[in-house]
This record gives sequence, C-alpha cells and structure tokens, in this order.
Amino acid sequence: MRVVGRSPGQLAWRRLYRDRTAQVSGAMLVLFVLLALAAPLIELAYGIGPRDQFQDRLDASGMPLGYAGGVSGDHFFGLEPGLGRDVFIRLVYGLRTSLFIALTAAVLSTVLGVVLGALAGYLGGWLDAVLSWVTDLTLAMPFLVIALALTPTVTLRFYGPRDAVPAAFGVGVLIAVFALFGWTGTARLVRGQVLGLREREFVAAARASGAGLGHMLFRQLLPNLWAPILVSFSLAVPQFVTGEAALSFIGVGLTEETPSFGRMIYQSLDYLQTDPAFVFFPGVTIFALVCAFNLFGDALRDALDPRSSR
Amino acid sequence: MRADEGHDDEPLLRVRGLTKHFAARGGLVRAVDGLDLDLRAGETLGLVGESGCGKSTTGRMLVRLLEPTGGRIEFAGRDITHAGRRALRPLRPQLQIIFQDPYASLNPRHTVGRIIAMPLRVNGITPVGGIRARVRELMELVGLNPEHHDRYPHEFSGGQRQRVGIARALAPGPRLVVADEPVSALDVSIQAQVVNLLRGLQRELGLAFLFIAHDLAVVRHLCQRVAVMYLGRIVEIGDRAEVYRNPRHPYTRALLSAVPDVTRLGPAGRIRLTGDVSSALDPPSGCRFRTRCPNARDRCAVEEPALVQPDDGAAAVACHFPQAGPLDPEHGA
Amino acid sequence: MVRFLVQRILSAVLTLFAVSVLTFLMFFALPRDPVSGMCPKNCNPERLARVRQELGLRDPLVSQYAGYLKGIFTGRELGTAQGGRCDAPCLGWSYVNNEAVTDTLARVLPVTLSIVVPAAVLWLLLGVGLGLVSALRRGSWLDRAAIGFSLTGASLQLYFVGAVLMLVFVYTLRWLPVPGYTPLAEHPVRWAGGLVLAWCSLALLFSASYARLFRAQLLETLSEDFIRTARAKGLGRARVYGRHALRAAITPVVTVAGLDVGAALGGTVITETTFGIQGLGRTAVDAVRAGDLPTIMGTVLIAAVFVVLANLLVDVLYAAVDPRVRLG
Repeated sequence: MRVVGRSPGQLAWRRLYRDRTAQVSGAMLVLFVLLALAAPLIELAYGIGPRDQFQDRLDASGMPLGYAGGVSGDHFFGLEPGLGRDVFIRLVYGLRTSLFIALTAAVLSTVLGVVLGALAGYLGGWLDAVLSWVTDLTLAMPFLVIALALTPTVTLRFYGPRDAVPAAFGVGVLIAVFALFGWTGTARLVRGQVLGLREREFVAAARASGAGLGHMLFRQLLPNLWAPILVSFSLAVPQFVTGEAALSFIGVGLTEETPSFGRMIYQSLDYLQTDPAFVFFPGVTIFALVCAFNLFGDALRDALDPRSSR
Repeated sequence: MRADEGHDDEPLLRVRGLTKHFAARGGLVRAVDGLDLDLRAGETLGLVGESGCGKSTTGRMLVRLLEPTGGRIEFAGRDITHAGRRALRPLRPQLQIIFQDPYASLNPRHTVGRIIAMPLRVNGITPVGGIRARVRELMELVGLNPEHHDRYPHEFSGGQRQRVGIARALAPGPRLVVADEPVSALDVSIQAQVVNLLRGLQRELGLAFLFIAHDLAVVRHLCQRVAVMYLGRIVEIGDRAEVYRNPRHPYTRALLSAVPDVTRLGPAGRIRLTGDVSSALDPPSGCRFRTRCPNARDRCAVEEPALVQPDDGAAAVACHFPQAGPLDPEHGA
Repeated sequence: MVRFLVQRILSAVLTLFAVSVLTFLMFFALPRDPVSGMCPKNCNPERLARVRQELGLRDPLVSQYAGYLKGIFTGRELGTAQGGRCDAPCLGWSYVNNEAVTDTLARVLPVTLSIVVPAAVLWLLLGVGLGLVSALRRGSWLDRAAIGFSLTGASLQLYFVGAVLMLVFVYTLRWLPVPGYTPLAEHPVRWAGGLVLAWCSLALLFSASYARLFRAQLLETLSEDFIRTARAKGLGRARVYGRHALRAAITPVVTVAGLDVGAALGGTVITETTFGIQGLGRTAVDAVRAGDLPTIMGTVLIAAVFVVLANLLVDVLYAAVDPRVRLG
C-alpha cells in the first residue's frame, strides 16, 4: 500500500467541494460561463439574434404588447421598448461581453499585481518605495471619472472624431483601463504576504543554495501565494463586471452595437414607469452574476484559510 | 581539480576580523565584532554562546546570507567576503547550511523530494543516475523512507523534518556545512538521534562542520574543537578535551557548570553569573564580560584582552586573568 | 509625531502634484487635437484657432502646465473670451459652460456633499449596528440574516437599487418627490426629500461590507487575550464589550469609512446619474461627453484632493489612536 501525500491545495479543494455555498454559487458560475460561451448556439436554438427587431410586437408608442414587457414563449424576457429587440438574447450576449472583459482584465491585473507586488516585497528598497507610492497614486485617481475620460481620449488618439470605431477596440481599451487601475490591490496583498514569507528560513535556504531571483519568486514564493491570489482574483472579477456595467451605464466604454448589461439598464431607466420589466431582467441578471462571484470568492477564502471565522 | 586540495595546513575556511553591525533605533548593534576562525577540511567546530551573542549572525555571514560589515571570509582559498551570486556559483554546492527551525525552513508547498532536490536544480547539478535517484539515496542516508518523497512537510514530525533539512544540505555534496542550532527546536528525546545522525554523516562523508549551539552538552559529542562566543567575540577556542576538561575563561566555566550532569547532582557546583547581560548596542569598555565576571579587576575595564594562543597547546583564551584547573564543585565559584 | 505628520503631508502633496501632472498629460497631450472635441459642431476654423490661441496650446507642454499650476496658487490672466482675470484657485475656463471651472465646481460641490455625508452617516450606523447584533447573537437567525444581507448587499448595483426604490416610493406609492437637489439652507425638508433615496441606496450597498468587516473584527477581538483577561477580572459583559472590544474593533471600520467617503466624494457618478442629480459626478460625465478639458481636469483634481485628504486624515487618526503604528 502506498500512502499518497495530500498537498495543502488538495485539502483546500476538498473543503471547498463540501461547502454548500460554494456548490450553489459554483454551479451558477458554471451556468453563466456556459451561457456566455454558447451564446451563438443559443441564438441558433432560440431562433432570434441580438440585433433582430420585432416592431410588430410593439404598440403605437413603442411599448411591447402583452404583460411584463412582452414576456412570451417566443421572447423569454420580453422586448426592448422602442427598437423591439429581444431582451433574453441580448442578455446572453451581454453576459458574454461582460464575462470576457472581466475575466481578461482580472487575469491581466492579477499577473501585473503579483509580479510587481512580489518584486516589491522581496527586493524592498527603492523599488518597494516607488511601487507603494504608485499604489497610493492610483488610489487617489477617481477611477470612474478617469476611465470615463480616458476611453474617448484614447479612442480619439487612434480614430478621428467621426470615424467608425470597431467594437473590439472599445473592449480592448476597457480591459486595458481596468488592468491599469486594478493591479494595485493585488500588488499590495502579495507584497504584504511576501514580506512575511521573506523572513522564513526556507527562503534563506534557497538563497543559501544560490537560487536566483526567478527561482525565488516563482518556485519558492509563488506556491505559497496561491491562496491570496485566488481570492483576490475571484473578487476582482465581479468588480470588473460591475465596473464595465457602470461605465456602460454612464454611456462610455462600449459602442452601441456591443450588447452590455450597463447600457441596457441605462436605457431602461427611461422606461422605469412604463415598462419596469425592462429594468428588472438585466438588473436581476447582473445581480445574480456578481452575487455568484462574491459568494464563491467568499467560500474560496474560507476553504483556503480554515481559521478565518464565519 | 582544486588548487588548494592536498594542502593540509591550508584551512578550508578562514575568517579574520569579521564584523556585522546592524543599524537599530538608538544606535549600532555590534552583533559580531572582530571574529577570527579557522576550520580545516573534515574538521568539526562547535560555536557556543548565549542567544544574542552573534553566533547565528556569524553562521549566516559564512554562507553569504548576510553581508558582513567588515573583515574577511576565505573559503577554499578564495575571498568570498562580498562575493555576489555569480562569483559564488562554483562554491555554492560546497557550502551549505542547516537551519534551526524545521518548520520554517521547509517550503510548505513543496514535496520533500522537491525540497531535497532544490540545491541540485538551482545549481544545475545532474548527479549520476539522475536527480530522483540521488534524492532517494539522500533520504535513505538521513534515515527517511524514500517512498515518502512525494509527501509534504506538514505530514512529518519535527525530527523527520530536520532530517529533510539535513538531506537538502547534503544534496550538492558540500565540503562545509554550517549547522545553525539544528537540534535546539526539537524535543530532547529527538535531539540525541539527530546529533548521532550528524556525527555519523560527518564521519562517513568527511565533512567539515560548523556547529552552532547555545549549550555545550550538544557540542561535546560532535565537535573536535569548541569556540565560545560572548557579545560578538570569541572568548575561548580550543580542542574539545582542553575546553571541557580545563576551561580557562570565566564565562566558559560558568557555561560548563550549567550543563546538567548526572554525576553532579544538586546545585553545588553551579557558577551563577550576576550582573546584567550587557547589550551589543552598547558593549562595556575593556573586557566585555567584566560586568558579569566574578573575578573582574580594574584592568578589565580599561584594556581589552586579546585572544592569546598559549604555546602548550591549551585553548586560546581572551582573558587577563585566565583561570586554571579542572572545573569541580570545590574550586568553582 | 511632528515628523510623521510632516512626512505624510509632504507625500500627500507629492501625490496630488503627480495626479495633476498625469491628468494634464492624459488630457492635453494624448488627444490629437484637444480643441476639436471641445468645440461644438457649428464652430468655424477662426473660432477654433482663437480657442487654441487662448488656451496656449501652441506653447510647449511644460509652460502650459506651469501656467495651469500658477493659476491654482496665485490666479492668472486669461483672455477676454475667458472672462479675463481668474482668481486664486483658478482651474481655467470652460468654453462649454461659459464659466470659470472654479465657479462650476463651487456650484456642484454642495450637491455631492449633500449626497455623500448623510449617506456615510447612515451606512456607518447601519453597518456597525448590524455587525454588532450579529456578532453578539452569533449563530442565531438574526446573525444568519445579517450575513446573508452582507453577502448579497455587496453584490447589488446602485443603479438597480435606485431604480427599484424610485419605482416603489416615487412612482407607485408617491410618498416622495422625484429626486432632485434643493439647497439645505433654502428648504431643509425638500432637501432631504429629494435626496433620501440616494442616501438609502448608498447606505444599503455600503453597509453590507461594513457589517461584515465589523462582525469579523469584533469576533476576532473578543477572542483575544486581553478581553478574556478583562472578563476574568470580573468585569461585566456590557462593560467589556463597551470599553474594550468595541474600541478595538471599530478602528479598521473607521479606516475603511474614511477611504470610502473620500472615494465616494470623487465617484458619485453612478448615484447622480441614476437619480438625475447634477453634482460633481454628473458634471464630470458631461464634461467628458462635451470634451470640456478644463472641467475634466478640475473634477479629477478635486476628487483626488478628497481621496488624498481622507487618506491623510485616516493615517493621522490611526497613529493618534493606535500606539502600535510605527511613526517615521
């Protein structure tokens, strides 16, 4: 018989697997990701695209016919007032946009934060001082206003004021802005952890063996940082989902053709009195998405750090 | 291969005037303040002193974990006092360290196999038969079950972990191992096992050992020579037999009298030191030990005693009024 | 302490300076032509050229920035089209609003303060109260409800909460007027009536994370040795909690609150958009839409001032309250 060792990671995974909150929120996340990935397939099965208009189902003032914003067997979540586009399929595509932006931005900002934070914590000295100051600086910049102002400015740099801007460019700028502003939290966290780890003797042992910077950061320190990195990643994603929606809500960020939660909600506010269902569906969807991420992140933190009280 | 090999009188490690000062609130801590030391290939030296006397700092400077403030360290005939990583590269495998805390010194996220193989990987050494085979061999050598190579440190006991730490230090085939209090964090019952393991390994592999400890009992079984440190300086250094049988520095005598011994029951022979333990932040003038020394005189406050090597082969001692004769209850305090 | 203060203030000033340089570069140097975005569609080439001239866009960037900075501290002379003399905290002239930026900010700042300050009081009270109750009644249904609230509340989106609240209280029940801003001095009841929904939505969102933080802090503090010692000495529960635990647990809450208030003052964009109130946030958005660079700069700077001031205040308070904080 051979006894197999269980790494701390495996132990955490087992705890997570047994946690009911994690099960439910995890299942929800899987569902959301599947929906987002399969958006074109869903469009095929559903038979309606995100740009199809159903003017015939609207009344003379542009309001959807029927109850709850035109909910029916053909249109699960009803229709948009005015243009008459299907809310459900636009939400599915909005989910796709939202998750793509949030996940990419979270990966980028986490990588940036981990590398810079680990370097600052391990090397200390002037690099640490500079990075701490840059972190303070980033926190002092009002994120929404800067993002809001920067997006069109950057776009203007590459395209003329009256040029057609490709949708992908808007998405790219948004991701870049999020990554640029989002890394400081992770960097701070990782720096603190590394400061603690640096004093541990296994770090000295590797140094005494002649390990270089790369080995120290990625082989010795990084494996001990997975817990905080995972937690901060899982909490960064809903932040960026919220951020994307907020920016789209203010009307900057994505172009009109890209389906987005925030943009839908912003448009829906005009119909708050006449068609509340149109506010309701995107609002509840984004709430469910962010909530699933937050709950899962929370469960993850508990699984990785069993001592944290609940 | 190495130019210095074969020269018996050329020490493997030569330390001259080594100092380490730390900037602290309220001034400069002189943790190590002018330390001389020679260690020949295959020789074992015990470095003993109270906590805070600078012995661990010394050990860490020797393996280049700490930057010395002054002095000179030569290893295998080369000056490594301020050598960088690149310059040290060829010497690193020959110079290893074992740490005190078997919990903190092993990376909790690495399997013990990976931990033991680390010095090999870092230095790009591929042993005959491959790294895995070498790891198994090392685990067997230190008395661990080689089947356990993919387990994690938290699955081992303190003594077993310290064996992992020893295997890691032995992996690249060192000529000098600095052991920084390798047993003081272990249970007393385990200490003897690990000390015996180290002694066996030292004999089998012909290693030079610098064994740092705070009590003389551990060192007695392991070391051919013993150096006693007080406040950053060596106060007595000599062959084991000389130091234990005929300690000459009052501090050494006090330390030895504190070693529990079944043949001397009761507190009769215990030399109790009075006075405050001086701080390395503001060491006393003249002899640093004078504030606690039972036979301090005026001269001790003025003149700092040098470490003098007597002609008769007895231990070198830094004291104006060295004592003589074996330590026994009647002549003690 | 004095050294610490001086150090912190210097670093705050340095941060503000860097923010101003960065925003300046971002908005004046990055676009191809800062003016074309700033000018309404009907403006002719002559007017464009004049605007360029008056803004000093032909000068090198450094002297443009120096002029801007000089305006903030000593005031500066602007062209007659820009209202002539511009007094001390001069942030430039907005062609879009036909107004000095300082005047615009002075007009909208009370609006934003009226939203954030009462909301902050509300969310602190609510968060600390909830946290306290759930920590003291740990494991009860009340605790579980509070945990559930704090987990879901943090996932709510302000615009959604705001929309629902408006739908219920303004459009359906008609208990409240359509949100808007009336100066406090003018009519206190109307002031509160127009803003109460904004306060409540902000409080609902923010108090969630405070309840969580405070509960965790309190539980941790209660398990610490000095609390056990106090209990063992025979001090009563209320006394131990009141005198020892609460004080220790509230410090981090205050820290977070300080930073949040600072951030909220610079970032009520969403709140103001949702409720259609013209404060600092809306002004910034409008300025961005119109390409009104001087106003963008002004709003960004004032927001940064709030964040930096809040940071400074929290640091100093922390050092004054907690002797463990290293000074220097």
